[in-house]
Amino acid sequence: MTDFSGKVLFLDRSDINTDEIIPARYLTEITKEALKPHLLEDLSLDGFDPDRDVKGKSVIITRSNFGCGSSREHAPWALEVNGIHLVIGESFARIFRQNMYNCGMMAVELENGAINRLFDEFSGKDASIETDLAKNRFKISADGKNAWFPFSISDFDRALIEAGGWVEYADTHY
Amino acid sequence: MGKTVAEKIFDAHFVDNPAGDISVLRLDAVFCHEITTPVAINDLVRRGKDRVFDPSKIKAVIDHVTPAKDSKTALQGKILRDWARRHDIPDFFDIGRNGVCHAIFPEKGFARPGYTIIMGDSHTCTHGAFGAFAAGVGTTDLEVGILSGVCAFKYPGTIKIEVSGEMPAGVYAKDLILAIIGEIGVNGATNRVIEFCGPVIENMSMEARMTIANMAVEAGATCGICYPDRTTVAYLWPYIRDEFSSEEAALETYQRYLPDSDAVYEDTITFDAARLSPMVTYGYKPENVKPVAEMAATPVDQVYIGSCTNGRIEDLRAAAEVLNGRRISDSVRGIVSPATPGVYRQALDEGIIKIFMDAGFCVTNPTCGACLGMSNGVLAEGEVCASTTNRNFSGRMGKGGMVHLVSPATAAATAIAGTITNSNLYHG
Repeated sequence: MTDFSGKVLFLDRSDINTDEIIPARYLTEITKEALKPHLLEDLSLDGFDPDRDVKGKSVIITRSNFGCGSSREHAPWALEVNGIHLVIGESFARIFRQNMYNCGMMAVELENGAINRLFDEFSGKDASIETDLAKNRFKISADGKNAWFPFSISDFDRALIEAGGWVEYADTHY
Repeated sequence: MGKTVAEKIFDAHFVDNPAGDISVLRLDAVFCHEITTPVAINDLVRRGKDRVFDPSKIKAVIDHVTPAKDSKTALQGKILRDWARRHDIPDFFDIGRNGVCHAIFPEKGFARPGYTIIMGDSHTCTHGAFGAFAAGVGTTDLEVGILSGVCAFKYPGTIKIEVSGEMPAGVYAKDLILAIIGEIGVNGATNRVIEFCGPVIENMSMEARMTIANMAVEAGATCGICYPDRTTVAYLWPYIRDEFSSEEAALETYQRYLPDSDAVYEDTITFDAARLSPMVTYGYKPENVKPVAEMAATPVDQVYIGSCTNGRIEDLRAAAEVLNGRRISDSVRGIVSPATPGVYRQALDEGIIKIFMDAGFCVTNPTCGACLGMSNGVLAEGEVCASTTNRNFSGRMGKGGMVHLVSPATAAATAIAGTITNSNLYHG
């Protein structure tokens, strides 16, 4: 199963759309790997530099309605080929969220207070997350400081992660 | 307890409840285009599962970049074309017969009341205009739809948006849906279905209803549904006349998919159309909406009329009414893309294409190209476009470009003036 731990990229904005995650000009690619250098290339966010900030990150923490707009699964693929398998946010657009689980990755919703705490206490630092999927929680650490956060994941989403995605699950069942 | 439209459709298509509030639904149609489908096709081949659940229920079109602009887009078209041939998919629309998916599929009668429809395209919600549950999905969901004819959804909550009053002159469906998104926000209907109803919607043509339903996803909605009525049946009649003894009989069948009077809604919003004026977006979110009057004198470099939102015959008529006998500003590049060959032909027959050309517009073949900055009208850095499309995201029509979403009438008036302009100036 996929690893959901690693260094954190904080994106302090709501409504980050899939055009910003991977612009349409790269939708002519038919391999996931070709998307790798272009992740978040068009993101409008002060102080963010994709060339500097994406490398080595495995988790994104963001605000609400992440992944809105186009249905392109190229958005989760662009995350996947960059080693980012977990996005934590206050809420997600429906199609993006489903695409993440369909690819065996996770989009985890936390309430507003928890997201605020993550930003207030850990953004701007060299933060890392360790996810304990069996116990539905993750630990975030930076500068010798730790905090545990519980999360919930539906049985169906868990089944998709464990089955290795929706294609195998559906072809077996329907 | 009464049911909403989406709940009735879910119940009629229920296959399985794999967990919690998840329903696996049987699909009546799977729509495909050349951007999101080739990766699904390649993956099915890789898995040794190159099958389709029912060729007659799969509809495919090359629409995003057509004619192909380079080797990569040519390959995407070829993968879809070869797949359609090898599986004997009867409804495949290639160049010469192709148009924007959410315009050509309804025009061919493929969207029906009570249907379940998916496509690897977020604007699939357009087909809710026919009283269908139609939802955009990613490539993996599309792949499973192609293979097994099913898709999993959360049992949906519904928001009812009731539009009353009378639309003022010069105000169109686009202005209404922009105003609604401005009010409820880009996240206002996430994970929910919207039912659009009330006298204003009832009086709308199918084209106008499609404009409304099309942008439901810009408020986060899974689908935007209009109730099937006589207008719906009349539009579909050429395609359903063999199935029903009369239009009355069709109406009776389709109205099984009206909501119950005691249906339970998560929210009900009433909207008074009489207070509307032409609307325009600013900034990078479709909820950033204000009256055109407040944006007047904003210069534009390009005006684009087309797309799955506003590329239908009624849209071209509204623009042509403004353009008739006038020339667009020398500082503006005007581009019109009739959304389907059928729209193009009708616009030719009605003299609308001549009006566009006399005004100085470039008339392109039917394609999605410019709307998402893929071809046929990409903006340069720093350029501004008044567009009848559906997204004003940063970089949407080209990196560093600015998009202002407007109705076709406002787009035409803006092309003439060279600045964002209310079409009332040019009417009558």
